[in-house]
Amino acid sequence: MMKAVKTAVLGAVCAGVLGLTAPAEAKTELTMYYPVAVGGPLTAVVDSMIADFEAANPEIDVNAIYAGNYNDARIKALAALNAGEPAQLSVMFSIDIYDLIEQDAIVAFDDVVKTDADKAWLESFYPALMENGRTLGKTWGVPFQRSTIVMYYNKDAFRDAGLDPEHPPATWDELAEMGKKLTTDDRWGVMIPSTGYPYWMFGALTKQNGQVLMDADGKETYFDDPAVIAALDYWRALATEHKAMPEGTIEWGTLRQNFLEGKTAIMWHSTGNLTAVKKNAGFDFGVAMLPASVQRGTPTGGGNFYLFKQSTDAEKAAALKLVKFMTSPERSAQWSMETGYIGISPAAYQTQALKDYVADFPPAAVARDQLEFATAELSTYQTGRVRKLLDDAIQAALTGAKSPEAALTEAQAEADRLLKPYR
Amino acid sequence: MTAHRRTLIHGWLLLLPAAVLLVGFTHYPAVATFLDSLFSTGTVIRPSRFVGAGNYRLLLDDPVFAKVLLNTVLFALGTVPAAIALALVMALWVNRRLPARGLVRLAYFTPTILPMIAVANIWLFFYTPGIGLLDQIGARFGLPGHNWLGDTDTVLGCLMVMTVWKEAGFFMIFYLAALQTLPPELFEAARLEGAGRWVVFRRLTFPLLMPTTLFVLINAVLNSFKLVDHLFILTKGGPDNASNLLLYYIYETAFSFFDTAYAATLTMVLLALLAVLGVGQFLLLDKRVHYR
Amino acid sequence: MSRPAPLETAAAWLLAVLWMAPLLYALWAAFHPPEFAVTFDPLARLTLDNFATAWERAPFARYFLNTFLLVSLILLGQLVLCTLAAYAFARFAFPGREAVFLLVLVQLMIVPEVLIVKNYATLSQLGLIDTIPGVALPYMASAFGIFLLRQAFKGVPVELEDAARVEGAGTLGILWRVYMPLARPTYLAYALVSVSHHWNNFLWPLVVTNSTETRPLTVGLAIFGAPESGVDWSVISAATLLAVAPLVLAFLLFQKQFVQSFLRAGIK
Repeated sequence: MMKAVKTAVLGAVCAGVLGLTAPAEAKTELTMYYPVAVGGPLTAVVDSMIADFEAANPEIDVNAIYAGNYNDARIKALAALNAGEPAQLSVMFSIDIYDLIEQDAIVAFDDVVKTDADKAWLESFYPALMENGRTLGKTWGVPFQRSTIVMYYNKDAFRDAGLDPEHPPATWDELAEMGKKLTTDDRWGVMIPSTGYPYWMFGALTKQNGQVLMDADGKETYFDDPAVIAALDYWRALATEHKAMPEGTIEWGTLRQNFLEGKTAIMWHSTGNLTAVKKNAGFDFGVAMLPASVQRGTPTGGGNFYLFKQSTDAEKAAALKLVKFMTSPERSAQWSMETGYIGISPAAYQTQALKDYVADFPPAAVARDQLEFATAELSTYQTGRVRKLLDDAIQAALTGAKSPEAALTEAQAEADRLLKPYR
Repeated sequence: MTAHRRTLIHGWLLLLPAAVLLVGFTHYPAVATFLDSLFSTGTVIRPSRFVGAGNYRLLLDDPVFAKVLLNTVLFALGTVPAAIALALVMALWVNRRLPARGLVRLAYFTPTILPMIAVANIWLFFYTPGIGLLDQIGARFGLPGHNWLGDTDTVLGCLMVMTVWKEAGFFMIFYLAALQTLPPELFEAARLEGAGRWVVFRRLTFPLLMPTTLFVLINAVLNSFKLVDHLFILTKGGPDNASNLLLYYIYETAFSFFDTAYAATLTMVLLALLAVLGVGQFLLLDKRVHYR
Repeated sequence: MSRPAPLETAAAWLLAVLWMAPLLYALWAAFHPPEFAVTFDPLARLTLDNFATAWERAPFARYFLNTFLLVSLILLGQLVLCTLAAYAFARFAFPGREAVFLLVLVQLMIVPEVLIVKNYATLSQLGLIDTIPGVALPYMASAFGIFLLRQAFKGVPVELEDAARVEGAGTLGILWRVYMPLARPTYLAYALVSVSHHWNNFLWPLVVTNSTETRPLTVGLAIFGAPESGVDWSVISAATLLAVAPLVLAFLLFQKQFVQSFLRAGIK
């Protein structure tokens, strides 16, 4: 009898132990690559958000791998997939969408979301941020670390030049004029970076001039449109004609240091640099929307979440859970405050934390307000090649090797050749 | 089993492990690269197909390739002779009873053991316009700043200067070694004849160092085709490909554009360049340099 | 040799200072607060904060370990494979030896990174992407190593081998007891050249590694200092010094052997 009881108790204990450990053994493991393209220790922020997610979802293990810049992240994630290594989701460049589709690497979110709540979630983001994530009638990318270009300016320099520090340039003419006034022997008026992501800065100028760079299907580019050529003429003229900007290309990576050292009064840069500038500026600075030619304008930029095809349904469900967590209003608010990236949904700006932050630090809202004028970032099939064509054309024009018109006409011809098979 | 057979089998067995890896990572990929260059790049949606010389025709129409090839040649021409000349001067100096000779030799040699990536980070500071060291020094003398890496006319030159700095100390070592083997009696005799130092160098030292110079020359040129690490940090080949080099373009084509077939075609060009030099080395050095 | 003229001495020194300038700058930036990174004020206060920041922001300890494992693995593989192959070339007269040796020398010209695209594909088929052995594998059969050791083995008198054979030693025994001890200086030279080369190697590891667990120092440093993230001179200088410190320290300590090794490795 005693024996029977003992056995029963032992059995119950065993079952209990098994019952407790079983979910742990069924843990879903996720591997995710992500890039960082702007200043500050962002890897630590991502790590802490992942840790919070794991604490809230003990049945999911996330291995988040920092893979360098956007290009590195895409190379690494695709390489891992080709090598048969696990990767269920990644943050990658929003413009990688066509390459990822062509490589048959990703699934559309529409095919993974099941519930109405999930479908509503997919509609909860700023529409401008979805432009780069949608094609072929489906949503392939969900916004995460998204930015626009804003204008940082040194208010002390404005005062020094006799300009109103609360009135940053709002038009191209004002930018050229004020830039000229702000330029001294020791300081440039304005710098727009032209290495790293020249096509992105250029996307802002062309949008301001009333023209986008490509169609919505990623099969057509408009590099030789007169408004596009005029935009490059203006960019070059800032240096050659107005003498407000140094000639040649301006380095993306060192520009922030130039601004912080007071070597330029105005810089155009990603909103992703906002927090780093705020921390390190030894002077009074302001943040403004980019100026207008016929209208205001900026491309959106940055990284989206993608779900990879080669994964089980359970993994896809877990990955979706992670994406939803990382893009929730609270996380988005936290991410925005710690980095300067945009809160990706109107709800993020309704959180108390971000409301307080914006009230205390109004520049944090500039990028959001600018979304109204935003357009998609250059993204086509063969995107790496097409992008390099435009980058090279811009650099050729800025360094004076070719006229803007010649450079862009050549780039367009070459882009047509590359994209023809897709039409 | 005869002794001869045993020798044969043992010989091949000893060779086998190294041979497998050498074939696997040098000979096989070289041949496979050639085959790849005859096909188009396949994607999941559009499979690869035979295009014959199609990729090579693309080369001819690719203005970036023309520029990159020219840059690669210019980069070799700009860095190799300068680095060798400096190396020779360094070796001659360090070979004499210079005060603090050990320190000077150390200084010359140090760049050699630093990784190019680390070095590029430091040199980026030198070249940055406005706040960089070069412009700061220039400003002391009232010179206007210059956009060193942002100007298509200066960017390749800047990279060459850095490369010469990095490589000269390495080549110096070869000259030092050679100088120490030169017979002192010859120089003693020349001095007794009353020959000036320049004459001694021109008529005696330099000709005697010729085998070393040739050896260093070929290896330096071979090496210069492989030096692209700094581009990842400094310029990414820009502006407008003004500093782009062949191996970097191959990397970009393969890993940024995912165009493996075109990358293979570009690799064939690089292989051809290396092969020409390799044959040159074989013919020249076999006669002039004694490999013992 | 004679003592040079003062002017020449000055020139030699000036060049030496110029040659050290980049490293000196890195030292300056690394040991001063960021606001002095581009301003040279002799009174600027010294700090170790930049090193702490760099160490904190990226897993440099792990990168060090990876690099250490990588160079050790490569060296071990090279020593074994090159010794065996060099012995075959030096002492075994088998048909086709010269032709095979020429095929080996091809690798002197075509190093694995030139064939980066295809070698990457091979590695991926072997399932070795993002592993340290994967980075090491293409370098293990080194033509340079085979070439050097073959020269060294050829210099060993055949009588020694015959004597060992009389004592009953087999092929590998002879290699182990006769040839390898006599080639020790060549081994040392080759080891130093190999370690310093692979400590600094970048392109191939960049392509093969994906994660913190495999990335060597050079790749970690490049990602850390990628201008995308906005250049913070002081911290990058500190990180750079961290990365080069072991090799530079080793070089300072063993300067003579280093230079001798490069001489030995180069001259033959």
